[in-house]
Amino acid sequence: MQGDTAAHDDRIEALAETFEMLGDWEERYRYLIELGRKLPPLPDDEHNDANKVNGCMSQVWLQSEALPGPPQTLRFLGDSDAHIVKGLIALLFEIVSGRTPQQILDTDVSAVFTRLGLENHITMNRRNGFYSMVERIRRLAASAAQADAR
Amino acid sequence: MNDLGPAPIAAPTLDLDTIRAQFPILAEPIHGKRLAYLDNAATTQKPLAVLHALDDYYRHANANVHRAVHELAARATSRYEGARDRIAAFFSTQREQIVFTRGTTESINIVARCFLLPRLSPGDEVLITGMEHHSNIVPWQLVGAKVVAAPVLDDGSLDLDAWRGLISPRTKLISVVQVSNSLGTINPIADMIAAAKAHGIPVLVDGAQAIAHSRVDLSTLGADFYCGSAHKTFGPTGCGFLWARSEHYESMIPWLGGGDMIRTVSFEHSTWNEVPYKFEAGTPDISGAIGFAASLDWIEQVGLDAIAAHEHELLEYGTAALAQIDGLRMIGTARHKAGILSFVIDQAHPHDVGAILDQDGVAVRTGHHCTMPLMHRFGVPATIRASLAVYNGRDDIDQLATALRKACRLLR
Repeated sequence: MQGDTAAHDDRIEALAETFEMLGDWEERYRYLIELGRKLPPLPDDEHNDANKVNGCMSQVWLQSEALPGPPQTLRFLGDSDAHIVKGLIALLFEIVSGRTPQQILDTDVSAVFTRLGLENHITMNRRNGFYSMVERIRRLAASAAQADAR
Repeated sequence: MNDLGPAPIAAPTLDLDTIRAQFPILAEPIHGKRLAYLDNAATTQKPLAVLHALDDYYRHANANVHRAVHELAARATSRYEGARDRIAAFFSTQREQIVFTRGTTESINIVARCFLLPRLSPGDEVLITGMEHHSNIVPWQLVGAKVVAAPVLDDGSLDLDAWRGLISPRTKLISVVQVSNSLGTINPIADMIAAAKAHGIPVLVDGAQAIAHSRVDLSTLGADFYCGSAHKTFGPTGCGFLWARSEHYESMIPWLGGGDMIRTVSFEHSTWNEVPYKFEAGTPDISGAIGFAASLDWIEQVGLDAIAAHEHELLEYGTAALAQIDGLRMIGTARHKAGILSFVIDQAHPHDVGAILDQDGVAVRTGHHCTMPLMHRFGVPATIRASLAVYNGRDDIDQLATALRKACRLLR
């Protein structure tokens, strides 16, 4: 478990280093958009109401899958019609997808995004759908962790 | 330049530097860039005159209104009621016809609840237009009226013939936006009011986007109800007004009960204060009303004609500048249009464009602008909207156009 957590932290460290190298906002956005383009596609029929996350300005979908393990991990697929939001989703999945429910719950997503200089996307605009996605992932992780404990 | 006819009367001019100097927030660097504030249809910035009025009120006159006999209460009451006088004068009407509300939304809800509901039978209709803000749709639905929306033409103007055809014996009220917040379309409200009168149907005009940009004379307009919000006229948020014909006010039973709106109260029976007080239960937004009045003073000082001429010139400049951007489609190109540039760009989601513009100091609104049915009409989920005010100049438009080009490069 110790090794897993270290690998998890390493991912965040690597992201932070990448973003530091990127410099100005234009490069950061360009990188985000590129990440979004590389996001594994969400199948067409998964763009449904059940997977839709409430948002005001852009549409966001989230699909989750539990891999029994052990240890049990959660894997996510997602999509958005906005490129930057899609990039944020890719970044988020980099941090949380394939992790155990407890690791997900232990991850302070806001702190990571703040470190990457993207805090506005989480804190300022709670209605862009991305924030709701973070909330939904935490809820999924919480119920998976609970089921695990039983 | 007009070379063909006689020399046009010189449009009143205004000095942009002097005006901008009165809005401290415009000097606020955003992400290290110069701010181009183009979200004025959402809310306007506040000039020093308004900031000072608010500050002065709290420093020298703060007390509750209409109650105590002490000096501060007298000052507060005098400034609050003075604000009502100021607002009435601005719109050429009587002070008793100005009810302070939280804004246009609350004003429309009061009309729905206190005027329409008691007159409503099952199947009765409220005729609106396809370009209404949600605040001119939902309040009617909440009281059980059937909402009938007249279609909008491809250029964003109202299909007036279709609108006339939708007036029916079931139409209990006609409600229309004077200037569309999403498109900028200026509706022919004088003609519409005349048509409604011919059928004896009361008319509400939503003036939220109109009053800071053109003169509104309520003594001659002929409407039954009119409303607006202070924060869109360079005043504070949370304050606005309802105007109504006196006979309507008299017939309406108040919606909110509480202090100040009563004449007598007993456990068996209460009686109402006179208009406008019977609609102002509880401690009102005293400073908001005072700031609102100060904002109208400021507008008067600059001159509504000069403001209108400036914004019109800038709208034309902006329309031409944006037309140069590859793949940009303007939504709303009506001949009579206020200073709103609403558009979509091929392969660029409004949310992404808005986020990129923000990094360059350009503040625009992206989204459905609380007009979901209208977005549906134009087949877009959202638009990018740049909305103008008196302090905007060509430099703001140029900054917008440059940032839009950058957004296109990044997103395509």
